[in-house]
Amino acid sequence: MKTQDLKPIRDGYGNALLELGKTNPNVLVLDADLSTSTRTNWFAEKFPDRFIDVGIAEQNMVNIAAGLSLEGKIPFVTTYGVFVCGRAFDQLRNTVCYSQLNVKIVGSHGGISVGPDGGSHQAIEDIALMRILPNMTVEVPCDHFQAYKATMKIAELKGPAFLRLAREATVAITDENTDFEIGKAQIIIEGDDCAVFFAGTIGAEVMKAVELLHKKRIFPTIINMHTIKPIDKECVIKYAKKFGEVMTVEEHLQAGGLGSAVAEVLAENYPAKMKMLAIYDRFGESGQPDVLLDAFGLSAEKISTQIEKFI
Amino acid sequence: MKKLNKIDQLKRKAEEIRYDIVDMIAEAGSGHPGGSLSGADLGSVLFFNEMKYDSQNPKWQDRDRFILSKGHAAPLLYTLLAHAGYFERSELKTLRKYKSRLQGHPASYMLPGVEVSTGSLGQGLSISCGIALAGKLDKKDFRVYTLLGDGELDEGQVWEAAMFAPHKKLDNLCAVVDRNRLQIDGDTEKVMALEPLRAKWDAFGWHTILIDGHDISEILRAFKEFHSVKDKPTIILAHTVKGKGVSFMENKAGWHGKAPNKDELEQALKEIKARMDV
Repeated sequence: MKTQDLKPIRDGYGNALLELGKTNPNVLVLDADLSTSTRTNWFAEKFPDRFIDVGIAEQNMVNIAAGLSLEGKIPFVTTYGVFVCGRAFDQLRNTVCYSQLNVKIVGSHGGISVGPDGGSHQAIEDIALMRILPNMTVEVPCDHFQAYKATMKIAELKGPAFLRLAREATVAITDENTDFEIGKAQIIIEGDDCAVFFAGTIGAEVMKAVELLHKKRIFPTIINMHTIKPIDKECVIKYAKKFGEVMTVEEHLQAGGLGSAVAEVLAENYPAKMKMLAIYDRFGESGQPDVLLDAFGLSAEKISTQIEKFI
Repeated sequence: MKKLNKIDQLKRKAEEIRYDIVDMIAEAGSGHPGGSLSGADLGSVLFFNEMKYDSQNPKWQDRDRFILSKGHAAPLLYTLLAHAGYFERSELKTLRKYKSRLQGHPASYMLPGVEVSTGSLGQGLSISCGIALAGKLDKKDFRVYTLLGDGELDEGQVWEAAMFAPHKKLDNLCAVVDRNRLQIDGDTEKVMALEPLRAKWDAFGWHTILIDGHDISEILRAFKEFHSVKDKPTIILAHTVKGKGVSFMENKAGWHGKAPNKDELEQALKEIKARMDV
């Protein structure tokens, strides 16, 4: 595990697109006037004929991608998660998912760690909106290494997929050799005291919390649920059985996110008490990312305190 | 597909299409006759003269593509597909029933010949832009046709696509607006005024053609004109009558989404048949 590799997760996406540009002529990239922010400008510079900037028109973008996919293209639709999942939800539902089209949706700027732009730009409901759609696969990678692999994997997948990215540079908690398989949870640490599931870049805070807990001789099992849908049911049930209770951590609303997905599995298969660290029924707001994470109870310190209370 | 070249043949085909539209909606007990009937002449010319396709090979790469943006006119699309040989006419009677491939609004994953699912308005033109752009990228010479309702033009997304297509010089794209001037809540100009409609499309950079959407020779001429336009998309604003061909349905917003009862069906079929037997 590399602990000092600080890089925005969207760089992993940008690099994967460059690789796909070279290896798969059917891959096209669409953006809605945010290409420097989402890193699709890297692809645009190398492959200008395969990059389509639709202007600030997310609904049009999703359906143009739908049309392209009907002709065998693999379009990666990219913009802020809050805009593509919200504004273009009907296009995603009624055209992309209902018609089972091979369109990839990439929502950057997920979570409150977007920071100063405030609540209007922080996607905290994107996972909920995407995972309720039939036929949709939902990927929430934890760092730029994993974002790279997830991008490559969803390009191979036939059908709609959503990839969540974040804005901030975060510490990488995997490396280039870490296995990645859609739908297969990644056990980062096996510990004896409790099970903690997380998804996304919040993993960096979770790993810092683990360091704090180790000093107190507390050893949680840490599981990276990079795929929210299809969720790794076996893994969820296995650890609920082992510990009797499970905890989830995510930079998303408590309603409909990772915690809800885990709760659905447990309620039907192995009812177990849960603690969900998430955002409870409110919007985000402006502030520096570290200040916001702490204020919302999602900093390493707050997470470690909650884990300590939980066991 | 057997191409119909004579105006009389196409006129008769449009009446056959109308006959099946009314019949299948009555059998289903619900559906949208008004906007299906108004597009019957446009659809007949598209499917039996203008477009190239192979109903035995629905995914033939060089086929022309048709997107029904006004998805509620599904009975029109299904009837055209059946007459074109994609499936048996007898299947039309399964419209809207459980397990039928003929869903209330077109579902592409169920029925070959339906390029993409529609039903939520305002999306077909954008999808068509994507297909047309792919055609350009791949240097294919197929054409893309999409039929929009006029009420549908209220949707903002239509105007996003209206900007996109000329920007990308999609001269392989032809949009057709079924301008029957009625939407569910009434006169389009009272609900949400569209006029001056031609000036709007002109201003957006389209080649705009205004026609009587029930005059077969005008429809044929409009598509011919579309073939000659270079570097910009074409839109045909086809003035039509909602419910065209069934006297008591004509120009009545109430027949947007209602099935005829037994007596009404009988009268409707009698009227259509009288024109077919001429």
